[in-house]
Amino acid sequence: MWGRLRPEFDLIGNDAVRFFLKVFGEPVAGGDMIQTTMARGNHAPSEPYVDSVVRKFVLAATFWGIVGFLVGIVIAWQLVFPALNLDLEWTTFGRLRPVHTSAVIFAFGGNVLLATTMFVVQRTCRVRLFGGEALANFVFWGYQLFIVMAALGYVLGITQGREYAEPEWYVDLWLTVVWLAYLAIFLGTLLKRREPHIYVANWFFLAFIITIAVLHVGNNLAVPVSFTGAKSYSLYSGVQDALTQWWYGHNAVGFFLTAGFLGIMYYFVPKRAERPVYSYRLSIVHFWALLFLYIWAGPHHLHYTALLDWTQTLGMTFSIMLWMPSWGGMINGIMTLSGAWEKLRTDPVMRFLVTSIAFYGMSTFEGPLMSIKSVNALSHYTDWGIGHVHSGALGWVAFVSFGALYHLVPVLWQRSRLYSMRLVGYHFWIATLGIVLYITSMWISGIMQGLMWRAYDQYGFLQYSFIETVKAMKPYYFMRASGGVLFLIGALIMAYNFYRTIKGDLREEQPYEGAGTGQANMAKPASAVAAR
Amino acid sequence: MLIKHHALFETNVLLLVLGIFLTIIVGGLVEIVPLFTIESTIEKVQGMRPYSPLELVGRNIYIREGCYVCHSQMIRPFRDEVERYGHYSLAAESQYDHPFQWGSKRNGPDLARVGGKYSDDWHVAHMKNPRSVVPESIMPGYPHLARHELNQPDIAEHLKTLRIVGVPYTDDDIKNAAADLKAQATPDANTKDLMARYPKAHIGGSGVIPGKITELDALIAYLQVVGTMVDFTNFDPKTIER
Repeated sequence: MWGRLRPEFDLIGNDAVRFFLKVFGEPVAGGDMIQTTMARGNHAPSEPYVDSVVRKFVLAATFWGIVGFLVGIVIAWQLVFPALNLDLEWTTFGRLRPVHTSAVIFAFGGNVLLATTMFVVQRTCRVRLFGGEALANFVFWGYQLFIVMAALGYVLGITQGREYAEPEWYVDLWLTVVWLAYLAIFLGTLLKRREPHIYVANWFFLAFIITIAVLHVGNNLAVPVSFTGAKSYSLYSGVQDALTQWWYGHNAVGFFLTAGFLGIMYYFVPKRAERPVYSYRLSIVHFWALLFLYIWAGPHHLHYTALLDWTQTLGMTFSIMLWMPSWGGMINGIMTLSGAWEKLRTDPVMRFLVTSIAFYGMSTFEGPLMSIKSVNALSHYTDWGIGHVHSGALGWVAFVSFGALYHLVPVLWQRSRLYSMRLVGYHFWIATLGIVLYITSMWISGIMQGLMWRAYDQYGFLQYSFIETVKAMKPYYFMRASGGVLFLIGALIMAYNFYRTIKGDLREEQPYEGAGTGQANMAKPASAVAAR
Repeated sequence: MLIKHHALFETNVLLLVLGIFLTIIVGGLVEIVPLFTIESTIEKVQGMRPYSPLELVGRNIYIREGCYVCHSQMIRPFRDEVERYGHYSLAAESQYDHPFQWGSKRNGPDLARVGGKYSDDWHVAHMKNPRSVVPESIMPGYPHLARHELNQPDIAEHLKTLRIVGVPYTDDDIKNAAADLKAQATPDANTKDLMARYPKAHIGGSGVIPGKITELDALIAYLQVVGTMVDFTNFDPKTIER
């Protein structure tokens, strides 16, 4: 099927190769190539890029990632051992769960996106960030302040009670200011670019930044009780409020956790594989289709509720259609490795990136399936939803982030390579095992829960009381929490690797087969493209 | 065609911004706007009223503690859900809920019709230590709710704010907010006016601290009214206009 696209692809392919040569590296001849590349590879012709702020975002992402995973583990164990709620008002599941979700989505994911967008847009436009270091620093500290204000609020009981949009009105206003500054940086940089074309990763980044602004404002409209107090009441109520919230909620997934991270994929996968993007045509088609279709999918969170039936069906229909552009992105990402498959063996960073795309494909298949009303009748309100979210969040978002971060740290701190590639390999396997434990246990418990709730005995009575279904979940909650612990251990290994890399240490270790110092193709003089 | 001319978007930032904005705005407009304009969105039912001041404060505690994270308030029209929880939820029943609290996950049971299901004493014991009444429960304990005295001097402001966003509180409701809050939590208080303003309000308070109103009193007043306002004994879904 894609064969038909070949002539055009080749044209673009050549273009893209030239583009990559121009932007990402300069031809260097043998010798101390790594050092040369490190020293010369990543600067614009006239002035250096604003990388100091990107470094801060990388460190913040690592820090918040660990915090977010840790809180996730705490609340996972609370579901196994309720005594861990400690009978204190600040440590109950209800208050810590938003801390977990906000920390992983907005603090970890957000800082990864801020780091990568600012890194990528400078290099693909060959200019410094618009607004320079000052504006970027404002966004950095402003965003960290947003995170701290939000998390403190949850622990103290200040919340709007809207999932993934819990921060109260004053935090929302502050985030709006920071986000507009971020949009200004990104747009300004695109406007003064030295490249005629805007690179595909930047389309996705731009769509992510614009749409999140629209969603954030649309969903958080509220009237504060007083301007000196934290409490506000949402502008909408009941059924309208529910749909607005899930228009926001599902597109936080669609644009924050998908479009943004697809942008990361479109830069780091071709970069790491040293291959142009598989199909230019496919990237255009799936970009616009993804943008158009995602927005409609929100009502699938409200199947069989008091929401009007036609809205539910519309949401379901678009959710199923969404499968296509999602897999378009997956195909374009994975097939970029054509001719470079050996890197899966020789480069564990590539392994993170490719596995993330595979998880993306899996969870974007599972999503449309769960949006079908008759499936949703079983899966909704159960752990199946939690499992689905985590196959996307751990497998796709976190893995593509880890891949990007592992690539970025040596580049940003100008080290010849990571402290240890073997540790990256350990991280990969430990985290993958953690994900497998997590999602399989949630599949089992979710489907079991759904079936137990609707089970009838031979006399026509409900077979199980609710608490019996809670009791039946215990072994699976135990398994899930253990999977979470493995995932955190992996992230701690990564943090240690970063620490030693930044310190300038190099671990004495057996390099991966055919990988020289662990960076595939680094030592091949024939390759004109520097690995970084 | 599209592909050939795509260079236009790739070389012009403003065109790309415009294209993105128009593409993402369509779905939301088509799905959300009609909910505000067509009359069939919310059924016309008897009995729905705004929350009493004490119930409202209780509801805000429910939100503050993140109860929606584990408890839904939306019964779907399935045989098992209706038998387990009660009549399926109507859109009208959450029309005064700013924000809605339908929830998305049931770590615990649905609470859309928890009102009147358990006694106040059961709620007190359950909130202080859920495992004292349900041994296998995994719910956190909330003993602090029984210790914290209710502190809501600005209750009238809350009603006023809700009126701005569309809840039909009258001037009378707002004027009497503080008195109503106190009366509902005080045993033997004169509640004639209160009951006229807020029919079916649950009177009395839990009495965990005699003579004082606690956060637990407010929460229980809320939990006892959830899902009870519409009388389903003579309710026929075919007759309501939607």
